[in-house]
Amino acid sequence: MNSATFLIWVRETGFLIASSIFIIGLTIRFFEIFMLGRKKDLSEPKGCAMRGGFKTIFTRFLPQDSNTFQRSYFIIIAGYVFHIGLLVALFLLVPHIELIRAALGFGWVGLPTPVVDFLTVLSLISMLALLWHRLTNPVLKMISDAGDYTAWILTFLPLLTGYLAYHHLFFDYTWLLAFHILSAELLMIMLPFTKLMHTFTIFVSRFYGGAISGHKGVQV
Amino acid sequence: MQPLEKTGNILPLLHEIRHALEDLLATGQTMVIDLQAMPFAPSELVELKEILGVGEVSAELHALGKSTIQETAFSGAWWIVHFNIDEKMISQTIEICHIPAILMAQHADIQMGLQQLSSTLGGVSL
Amino acid sequence: MNQLSLEERLRLHGVSRRGFLKFCAATASLMALSPAMIPRIAAALENAKRPSVIWLSFQECTGCTESITRSHSPSLESLIFDAISLDYHHTLQVASGDAAEHAREQAMKDNWGKYILVVDGSIPLGNKGFSTIAGISNVDMLIETAKGAAAIVAVGSCAAFGGLPKANPNPTGAVSIDMIIKDKPIINVPGCPPIPVVMTGVLAHFLTFGTLPELDHLKRPKAFYGQNIHDRCYRRPFYERGQFAETFDDEGAKKGWCLFKLGCKGPTTYNACATTKWNGGVSFPIESGHGCLGCSEPNFWDAGSFYAPLSTPIGHVAQNAGYALAAGALAGAAIGFANKQKSSQAIEKHEEITVNDLIKGETK
Ligand code: SF4
Repeated sequence: MNSATFLIWVRETGFLIASSIFIIGLTIRFFEIFMLGRKKDLSEPKGCAMRGGFKTIFTRFLPQDSNTFQRSYFIIIAGYVFHIGLLVALFLLVPHIELIRAALGFGWVGLPTPVVDFLTVLSLISMLALLWHRLTNPVLKMISDAGDYTAWILTFLPLLTGYLAYHHLFFDYTWLLAFHILSAELLMIMLPFTKLMHTFTIFVSRFYGGAISGHKGVQV
Repeated sequence: MQPLEKTGNILPLLHEIRHALEDLLATGQTMVIDLQAMPFAPSELVELKEILGVGEVSAELHALGKSTIQETAFSGAWWIVHFNIDEKMISQTIEICHIPAILMAQHADIQMGLQQLSSTLGGVSL
Repeated sequence: MNQLSLEERLRLHGVSRRGFLKFCAATASLMALSPAMIPRIAAALENAKRPSVIWLSFQECTGCTESITRSHSPSLESLIFDAISLDYHHTLQVASGDAAEHAREQAMKDNWGKYILVVDGSIPLGNKGFSTIAGISNVDMLIETAKGAAAIVAVGSCAAFGGLPKANPNPTGAVSIDMIIKDKPIINVPGCPPIPVVMTGVLAHFLTFGTLPELDHLKRPKAFYGQNIHDRCYRRPFYERGQFAETFDDEGAKKGWCLFKLGCKGPTTYNACATTKWNGGVSFPIESGHGCLGCSEPNFWDAGSFYAPLSTPIGHVAQNAGYALAAGALAGAAIGFANKQKSSQAIEKHEEITVNDLIKGETK
């Protein structure tokens, strides 16, 4: 197989497989989660659950107190830099927007590539720093399992291959682009079944937490 | 139509010419830059030509079609264009040298001319 | 005549040494070699003998032959053609049928082991009768003619990669030359059609140095196919800045912005178009306002729409997503119900335990 036919495969068959598993997996997971349901809370509400729920979705974007921030400023900053870089690269690079437009029928304007490139580099560095932290911090190391490292690799590969492809580094561009798409497809396939599912469940769980507190009248 | 975007290849090329001229002065090293091996936006070659300007010497060669040899405003840098018999351009270069080699009379041609001259003289009685 | 060197032949035509040097300069540019190579080229061409060329056309549209003949009258390419002896080209030659085949056999016999075989078009393996010349099937003629060739030049994407005939669903079972011939040096000169001077450039290289040029992983000469169109494209600054033409006649298109969104395949295409250009250096597709089709890459016909951006998937994405969603919903609901069942069963099985039960348990 040469690079051109490999690229065609990942754009055609590979994408078909990955997007199917991705969508099927996501739907299954959501059905599972929501069909579990929650026990009716019979206690008298001391506040508004809805309000608490929605509010928490946003308030949790920031550390709740300066103490928390001081204790883990490294993780918070590196985590933010990495997530922002990843989201910008994913949603504001023009080729990606064109992919979304082709799949969903709508798109938006992108950023100049040097900007995306810069944030990608920051993202890559933050991810490496976070991995190093995970491997050196005794507590973090102890509670990390294969799932954490899988999630790291699955996220790191598309970023790295995308960066290499953009700069035409080491390999022929066609190979790099094909590998980049393949790594993204791998991510799509694995996402619903790994810790990466937090991409979708994070706001649901924040809402639940906030709603419970809201119901009890706890300040959120 | 708005002016098209530049490739940004003009500036590095001018620097290359400057280095080559410095080398020519210092060591006598000559150089040829093939303009067809570089991507240019439609307007850029015209612009480059304007920047380089027209120098003191300009020559025309007629062998297998026309060629124009034009010294640029920067002495020692020559703009050379070869055309074929069909007047289609077949090569465009900038040469950095004291005099482009293609202008020099060639041994084989001198020999041939000499033969002809001799035979002409042979037939002429003084 | 065939024994004369190129310079001697030019001199016979009244071309001076200067003319010869000019020819060498143009040849260097043609072969995409550094101008520093001109003296070497001159030295080699002084002694170059006229190689015999046999040109076979198989499943093709004659576009490649058109491309090369349209370009060469009377130009540098024609001189290169003068410098070779084109002994058989059934599309161009006057003779046909048996007479033509005899010419081919004669040329093969006279130059056994030394001639260059140029092929355009793919070879159908589905049924030998799909494409024949004088009653000889393409595959048989190729195998027979390849035996005595010094090298094979596969001209055009069909000969090099299978091209249009091989496009899905490939009704004739078309294959490229290198799928059949394994024991000869093969040079692929793909393109639909290839740039004429690239074709002659390869012949010029063989003529000059008597060797094959350096090839890439797809057997393409690096001198011409080492360049990435996107890397050499003068519209690249627009790509970087995120300025794209959205349609072929909007403001962006008029301003010459990048054609990525209109399906340009420049980023994955390797060819000399951006520098050598077409029609005697006039322009190339992107300069004329149309995205690159990627015609010098394998299977470019099957790489999705010419007008879909490179980063988009090929095929019916939305439809498939609908099916996947439905399947996911069904499976999810089923699993959800099973979970519910499990939990209610667990509740049913649940036994109340009193303190007395525990004490009883202890005394047991
Ligand atoms: S027009 Fe095509 S080759 Fe040129 S910069 Fe845009 S995508 Fe790249």
